[in-house]
Amino acid sequence: MKSFEYAEPRTEEEAVEFLQDAGTTAVVLAGGTDLMGLLKKMVVTPDRVVNIMEVDSLKEIRLLPDGSLAIGSAVTLDELLADPHLADYGGILDAVHGINSMQLQSQGTLGGEVLRRPQCWYFRRDGELLDGRRVIEGDNRYHAILGNQGPAKFVSASRIAPCLIALGAQARLRCAEGERWCDVADLFQIPRRADQQENTLAPGELVTHFVLPPAGALQSATYEVRHGAGPDMPLAAAAAVLEFSGQRVKEAQVVMGQVAPIPWRADAAAEVLVGHRVDERLAAEAGRVAVAQATPLSHNEYKVQLAQTAVRRAVLRAAGLETGGF
Amino acid sequence: MKDPGKSSGMHFHRRAFLQGSGAVAAATAISGGAAEAASRASRLVRSKTQITLHVNGSDHQVAVEPRDTLLDVLRYQLDLTAAKPVSSDGSSGASTVLVDGKPMTASTLLAIACRGKKIETCESVSSHHPDRICRTFVKHDSLQCGFCTPGFVVAVRAFLKRHPDATREQIRQGLNGNLCRCGTYADMIEAVVDLVKGGGNG
Repeated sequence: MKSFEYAEPRTEEEAVEFLQDAGTTAVVLAGGTDLMGLLKKMVVTPDRVVNIMEVDSLKEIRLLPDGSLAIGSAVTLDELLADPHLADYGGILDAVHGINSMQLQSQGTLGGEVLRRPQCWYFRRDGELLDGRRVIEGDNRYHAILGNQGPAKFVSASRIAPCLIALGAQARLRCAEGERWCDVADLFQIPRRADQQENTLAPGELVTHFVLPPAGALQSATYEVRHGAGPDMPLAAAAAVLEFSGQRVKEAQVVMGQVAPIPWRADAAAEVLVGHRVDERLAAEAGRVAVAQATPLSHNEYKVQLAQTAVRRAVLRAAGLETGGF
Repeated sequence: MKDPGKSSGMHFHRRAFLQGSGAVAAATAISGGAAEAASRASRLVRSKTQITLHVNGSDHQVAVEPRDTLLDVLRYQLDLTAAKPVSSDGSSGASTVLVDGKPMTASTLLAIACRGKKIETCESVSSHHPDRICRTFVKHDSLQCGFCTPGFVVAVRAFLKRHPDATREQIRQGLNGNLCRCGTYADMIEAVVDLVKGGGNG
């Protein structure tokens, strides 16, 4: 690990001051389950590490007057599981349960999970995110099957972001100049140049909160296809958010995870669902449509089928139709 | 198809967020002054510094660099070698300790971030009087090379606190954060089944 300064702010204001000192590269430390490994491998080599875990406002889960739910970025995953406000957001709980390690749940945070750096082994080896040639010619079994035509071939790592995006959640960001809000979807980008990364945060910017719209009649689910029962990253995943009018779907959102360099919206698949009753046949059709544009690499064609299955099962689960196990 | 992200109205969220927000109160309460500047400086550590760690019931003074992990300080300064360095990213669970009662991997914690926290290592459960978990591990022969065992023992301790009457399936799920390269999982799960009320049937 490269030597660095350590800052421990007590307020958001202080945190962004520490993050934006002139001439200093700084990174945010939350639970450390992702960053610490990257620091040790010197994939990330900051001058300063800013620990946000002692900022009280980042640790709150607060129901807003309009019924939406604000969750601080330093709230840990086990705190999410324990909070009664989250009970109506089944798709978020599915995703957090999927991260099935006590240690990751008690240490890892919502903000850290959403902004987790790509798991791509080429990136984790030397920090090079956009060496597409190396991925095409190398071992790309866990890489992208969608949105992979540019130099970025990795998959977005977050397991909670697909559901946040499907719910229409927003993020609150702070920098020295003030605050800014954006859709969670807009935190992500497919990088094309060396000076871009997979998130859209400006240097020194801090995500302070995620705001989920009122759960109301929204029914959500996340389904992950995993290699086994262990804590490995899923091979493919999907989140579905449905709103019903009687027996029929009034509105639908489907977002896939682990298939593209960003959480991948499957709007055409959502379109398939609107106006219909959900059953096996309809859910399977949504799955087929979701992967229709897939462009798998040399070793990951199998992920097309898995992503299709993830969408089908997420839709069925969101509709309250359990689908059994693997 | 309507997009809930667009229709929910970002301005409305923003206004709602500010109502009764502790964040805003805290942010506006910040003011300048020498005291504030001094206090801010104390929260920026530039080099090796003396800190107090509360480990296994007593306070320890140690000198740490910001980059020192809790695991390294436990092992190489406090001579508490139960927590093991196996994976650099915590994925093995071999460095599991309790921090304020929660299972965390010491290899992915900065020691300096653990000031003021209650740290318990495997030594605290087993140094003089092997506790029930350790005795049950021995009874079921739940170890081979033993390298992962301290991490498992601490994880089991945290697990039992939360799930005193867990089912066999919950036990399997609950110990997912620890790896054993010898593959002694079956005997470890038998030990935990022995430890929970109801014999693993919930």
